[in-house]
Amino acid sequence: MKPFTYERAGDAREAGAAVLRTNAKFISGGTNLLDLMKLEIEQPAHLVDISLLPLNRLEDLPNGGLRIEAQAKNSDVAADPRVRVRYRAVSEALLAGASGQLRNKASIGGNLVQRTRCPYFYDTAAACNKRTPDDGCAALSGVNRVHAILGASDACIATHPSDMAVALSALGAEIELLAPDQSARQVAIDDFYCLPGNTPHIETVLQHGEMITAVILPAPPPGWQRYRKVRDRASYAFALISVAVIVATDHEAITSARVAFGGVAHKPWRCLDAEAALTGRPATLASYRAAADVAMKGAIGRGYNDFKVELAKRTLCRTLAEAQQLGIGRPS
Amino acid sequence: MDTVTKTQEVALLRIALTVNGKRYELELDTRTSLLDALREHLRLTGTKKGCDHGQCGACTVLANGRRINSCLTLAVMHNGDNIVTIEGLGAPEALHPLQAAFIEHDAFQCGYCTSGQICSAIGMLAEVDLGWPSHVTADVAQKYIALSDAEIRERLSGNICRCGAYPNIVGAIRDVAGGASE
Repeated sequence: MKPFTYERAGDAREAGAAVLRTNAKFISGGTNLLDLMKLEIEQPAHLVDISLLPLNRLEDLPNGGLRIEAQAKNSDVAADPRVRVRYRAVSEALLAGASGQLRNKASIGGNLVQRTRCPYFYDTAAACNKRTPDDGCAALSGVNRVHAILGASDACIATHPSDMAVALSALGAEIELLAPDQSARQVAIDDFYCLPGNTPHIETVLQHGEMITAVILPAPPPGWQRYRKVRDRASYAFALISVAVIVATDHEAITSARVAFGGVAHKPWRCLDAEAALTGRPATLASYRAAADVAMKGAIGRGYNDFKVELAKRTLCRTLAEAQQLGIGRPS
Repeated sequence: MDTVTKTQEVALLRIALTVNGKRYELELDTRTSLLDALREHLRLTGTKKGCDHGQCGACTVLANGRRINSCLTLAVMHNGDNIVTIEGLGAPEALHPLQAAFIEHDAFQCGYCTSGQICSAIGMLAEVDLGWPSHVTADVAQKYIALSDAEIRERLSGNICRCGAYPNIVGAIRDVAGGASE
């Protein structure tokens, strides 16, 4: 690991000033950043610790939504009664990620900006456009079993690893950002992340020095929420495919639906076309299958990950059926 | 010497840690992980270094009562914190109930993962007492957790045992928790 200086920020203003130092970076839980620093993939010269800023509360919003401050720990948010009852997909997604120890350390803000787990990104002997622009992509012709099938480019086929972000995408969450000059802005989660294009090293619209201060959840949409993750092990593994759904039915017809996938793209993949394909249709496997075909239209396998296209379809069908069954006769 | 190798400047910081009830002051390279501070500076070698990447759980300690991977955090980020390691849990003549249960159940072979398993189990049982759900909890909104074997396995999935002593680890934890077996 390269040497670096370290300071604990007392407040957001202090953090904003400190992060403008040369090659400075925020650190919160550090569970991904420190791993990358050990491998010298990340080499900050100065770390600004924001984990102890008074930004770890969850507060109800007048419109029925919930504001989750960015320094709240993954474990606290997953266990919060408001999240468990009103935003169960968020709780389920958080609990499907990492381990108990990591969730105790990892923050909500850090979860959103964790880096891909593409093995070629971590292997400094392999070519990676995300690590070194214009280096090439070893995954394209490599063992690309865990890689993207939607929205990828010939420059990068990495996926975004967050489970939580998939649930947030289905819910239409907003990300609250604070610039070093203390000006704030809000970005919808689907606009927060970038597709790789020719610049896979640019992963979000975050400007240097901008801090994630909160995640804003709108009032929960009608329907039952479910997050399902399919992976190589029963626990403690990243997703091959994951799906967050919110589905409301009325006399067996689907009245509204939300669908987002994880493990398929450079960002959580909200699928408005599949949502439209479900709305107004009977809550049957045939409808789910038709929506799944719509969702995976344009999906491209790269060899080892060809199986993901069918796996994504089946996972969506199963999760929709499960959410519909769970939701019958229960308040959303 | 013709060429001078420029050594990068190392940043040092003075911090205080309370470990197993005892306060220590340390001057550390900022790069020092909490794990290395415990093992190399305080000579508390009960906490083990397995993968050093947060994947195996051998380095699990309790920081302000919560289980964390000590390899994936900087010692300087824990300035002022209260750390408990395996050395703080029991002594050979007065074992912690989990330590006794691990012996009783033959819950280890080489023992390298054991301190992490035990610290993780203590943190996990506190989380269950708080009613925290897990990935295998049927309904995340339910208030009370029945600590089934499936719950123990899921909640301890961040601790790897290369000897494969898992059934006996689950047995030892179940014994101490008093939970129902499946």
